[in-house]
Amino acid sequence: MDWLNALLQGTLLGGYYALLATGLSLVFGVMRLVNLANGDLAVLAAYVALVVVRATGINPFLAILPVIVVLALAGYLLQRLILNRTVERGPLPPLIVTFGLAVIIQNALLVVFTANSQGLDAGAIENASIDLGNGLAVGLYPVLTLLVAVVTLGGLSLFLGRTRLGRALRAASDDREAASMVGIDNDHLYGVAMAIAMGTLALAGIFLGIRTTFAPSDGPVSLIFAFETVILGGLGSLWGTLVGGIVLGVAQAFGNQVNPAFQLLAGHLVFLAILLFRPQGLFPRAGVRQV
Amino acid sequence: MASNEPSREMLEQLLGRELRRRDFLRWSAAVATSAGLASFLAACNPAASTTAPSVAASVAPVATPAGSVAAAATPSAAATFGRTIKIGYVSPKTGPLAPFAEADDFILNGIQQTVGAGLLIGGITHPIQVVTKDAQSDSNVAAQVASSLILDDKVDLMLVASTPDMTNPVADQCEANGVPCISSVAPWQPYYLGRQKDPANPKPFAWTYHFFWGLEDIIAVFLDMWGQVSTNKSIGGLWPNDPDGNAWGDPVHGFPPAFTSAGYSLKDPGRYADGTSDFSAQISAFKKANVEILTGVPIPPDFTNFYKQAAQQGFKPKVASVGKALLFPSSVEALGDLGLDLSSECWWSPSHPFSSSLTGATAKALADSYTSATQKQWTQPIGFVHALFEVTADALKRTTNIDDKGSIRDAIKATSLSTIVGKVDWTTGQPVPNVSKTPLVGAQWRKGTTFQYDLVIVSNKDHPEIPAGGKMELIAG
Repeated sequence: MDWLNALLQGTLLGGYYALLATGLSLVFGVMRLVNLANGDLAVLAAYVALVVVRATGINPFLAILPVIVVLALAGYLLQRLILNRTVERGPLPPLIVTFGLAVIIQNALLVVFTANSQGLDAGAIENASIDLGNGLAVGLYPVLTLLVAVVTLGGLSLFLGRTRLGRALRAASDDREAASMVGIDNDHLYGVAMAIAMGTLALAGIFLGIRTTFAPSDGPVSLIFAFETVILGGLGSLWGTLVGGIVLGVAQAFGNQVNPAFQLLAGHLVFLAILLFRPQGLFPRAGVRQV
Repeated sequence: MASNEPSREMLEQLLGRELRRRDFLRWSAAVATSAGLASFLAACNPAASTTAPSVAASVAPVATPAGSVAAAATPSAAATFGRTIKIGYVSPKTGPLAPFAEADDFILNGIQQTVGAGLLIGGITHPIQVVTKDAQSDSNVAAQVASSLILDDKVDLMLVASTPDMTNPVADQCEANGVPCISSVAPWQPYYLGRQKDPANPKPFAWTYHFFWGLEDIIAVFLDMWGQVSTNKSIGGLWPNDPDGNAWGDPVHGFPPAFTSAGYSLKDPGRYADGTSDFSAQISAFKKANVEILTGVPIPPDFTNFYKQAAQQGFKPKVASVGKALLFPSSVEALGDLGLDLSSECWWSPSHPFSSSLTGATAKALADSYTSATQKQWTQPIGFVHALFEVTADALKRTTNIDDKGSIRDAIKATSLSTIVGKVDWTTGQPVPNVSKTPLVGAQWRKGTTFQYDLVIVSNKDHPEIPAGGKMELIAG
């Protein structure tokens, strides 16, 4: 029963990791850009939500739309004004730029919001429990998180597969030069991709803020879990990201069951094992261009 | 011009083309936009907008981690002025421990106003300069900045506060370099025993002195609080794998033996890593053992995480007395309605009947001036950071030869001073040499008036001079 419980709670935790990693996965899939500011941008989104909630007094779930709009806009501008200047220069410059961005975000948040930890209060749903009998109970909120992750990833993969814009994005991702020859505006497309990624980060940030407290320095921890999720699932594969998140969550829950000291270690060990024996991840995207 | 060439070259390399005039215009526009964005964000924060000056003041230490708070005094030509005395102060300005250092700027400003003009030492007025360094909540960084304060800034003495992760590495550096060090805000066992080569056979330190309470005090406070309410006497321990968690959960020197001898049963699922995101194993272990009393010393985000997951998975303790995580109002508020009736140790509060030896202000006056200056609720470190400077000023005034570090150390050793946190006295050598104990009481978070929750003292058995504001209550619901 303990192990079944661990499997259940780990799967739900995986939904949260997948949500955190969606933006990272998309940005890497389309632009081959490793966004080291991923965690800090999620924390930034949580703070933006905090400002909206404080100013209007609405439930954080209702703040999702405005926060997505703000972050998506910021993402488009970030890509057009800064990151587009670096993506053509190989993998290193964007890495350094996003690293710098992470430092800037942390310090700006510290100056504006102080080091106090904050939380988003979503009311009774946070502590609502679903009793499954036999002493098993899951939280309504983690279940909701997993559902949102599935819907987000599903929506994105439909968007990439079925729409004109999605196909253009994949074309630009597969071969930048050829795409621009057939009239695709790469710069604009990359901006759109970043806007979508930031939109998913807005969602992740709000779920992070309701789930636990956040402080300006909390970004890097989220980045590690998101990063492991993406690698586990396979670089650039959206459904792989979901599976990667769940594998990581279940590994941590099982480790915890053995001994609380092994929880994070178990996750890292699974990550290392995948890197050693299946470096392309569980669901590699077919024909990934070597970076 | 020559000095400009390399940077221009670097920029051009980054750009991959020649630097043009347009670039400069474009960048300055970008800089202006981001500056505008920052002020917009500042305006969005209600707390910041009403206290614009304090935000501006806090910018400086962030921008220059080594920024110094210089004394306002400009020594005139008068011969009665001696050399400037440098005090190093290490604290976790950033990182997970940052709430401990949140009141630093406020306290340092107050100190600067009081002793900035100089201290009269042996008939000569010495200006005081406090050099602050950010340890980034990291014990390696703490050791680094301490050694740079000693070797580069050549400080006359060192101050350090906030958890064993900060005090121990800094005190070790001072001990090794023969620099006097005063520390606080860390229980004395991890400070004193944790720094010994052989903890079973502890030896006194020559240069480092500490004031705070010990594990025996917090055990007594928790047991007194739990004795006031009726439970099934079953305890669940949430102790992380860090210096605090290991000291509290130690099966020989920590909490467990005291619990069993007081007739309680304990479920200890084992040490977990800070930053853990899933607590289902602990929760199911506590549920199985029918735990009604929760205790531990998690960092704030971990406790929030644990407590919400516990509610989701159907574990509701009747009493939750938790160290570290419940010290600050912000972390209790983050729990929403779940924050009500949680309890914690209390080292300092506005109702402590003490006053400052420097300014004469009472505990209540200091807390009130913090709230009026920052619009924030008081926190416990305020009193202790102030007391660090009280003890320092007192010791410096009694120093016979200010140029001899040994003489400063002897003055510290002879301290017997009533401060805003109680009596600090290193002359008795109790409980161990180098350590002086300050009083500890227990408190519970109740519905507040001005702020969401107020900390009400509910246990003062060993320190009846500190007035209690009520009795311990079971968690409602």
